[in-house]
Amino acid sequence: MPVADPDLVERLRGGDEQAFAEVVRLWSPAMLRVARAHVRTHASAEEVVQDAWLAVLRGLDGFAARASLKTWIFTVLVNTARRRGRAEAGRVLELERPGVDPRRFRGDDDEYPGHWRDEAAPVEWGPEPEVLAAEFRGLLGRALAELPDRQRAVVELRDVHGFDAEEVCTLLDLTPANQRVLLHRARTRLRGLLEEAIA
Amino acid sequence: MSGPRDPGTTPDALHDAAVRLACAELVEILTDYLEGALPAHDAAVIEAHLALCPGCAAYLAQMRATIRVLGHVPVETLSPEATSTLLAAFRERGPG
Repeated sequence: MPVADPDLVERLRGGDEQAFAEVVRLWSPAMLRVARAHVRTHASAEEVVQDAWLAVLRGLDGFAARASLKTWIFTVLVNTARRRGRAEAGRVLELERPGVDPRRFRGDDDEYPGHWRDEAAPVEWGPEPEVLAAEFRGLLGRALAELPDRQRAVVELRDVHGFDAEEVCTLLDLTPANQRVLLHRARTRLRGLLEEAIA
Repeated sequence: MSGPRDPGTTPDALHDAAVRLACAELVEILTDYLEGALPAHDAAVIEAHLALCPGCAAYLAQMRATIRVLGHVPVETLSPEATSTLLAAFRERGPG
């Protein structure tokens, strides 16, 4: 975050609306993603984010800045989201297909079982030209929206918003192993989509 | 050639393990590898396999490219209504 924290807290306390609009713009997308992993609908996630920001406004004067502003805001958010998630209860866990089509690998009777078949092996994409990059961004943006919620939350927080693994575990109530499994499934699926698009 | 190349003449254990590692398995543990969650020996086997197998090397490069593109995708944000509700609440709060 380029904004210096103590400064930012002071500006918010002082009623600097532009500063507030800026942090809402910067942090709400990641907050939405976290919320959405705890509750069932997008509408519900929006309410959670909104409630969390309102709680932050109420707590701003008492905020002692022992943690960073961002950490505190996300803590408020997670608590709000968990409460709402418990009230909704019974989220479904998603089951999964294998990440890479098993037919691309050699059979057990081959000299190299489980290795790529010659005709199905991945090939280098080469450097991404700007035109393709724009197409890829659009494609991945749409693909993210179709991932199961927890996969989407993990891969967006990690790869789009730049949170580290430990932070994501805390925000989404995941064990480190589960965080990796969800990240793996999501990245594997997204890579596969780009590969199909290029072929 | 997408399978491992000539295993060579030195009966090196790491090399053998790299040749034995199935590509189908490598793609399943790649994230653990990238996350630094594998024991050092397993990571070394993966690296040796990647050096031998153009298919898996390309797969890893594609995975990295995917992660790079993800850093630039447009993200969903709060609705304009929710945003104006928050700004109104902020104004109402006034300077601390």
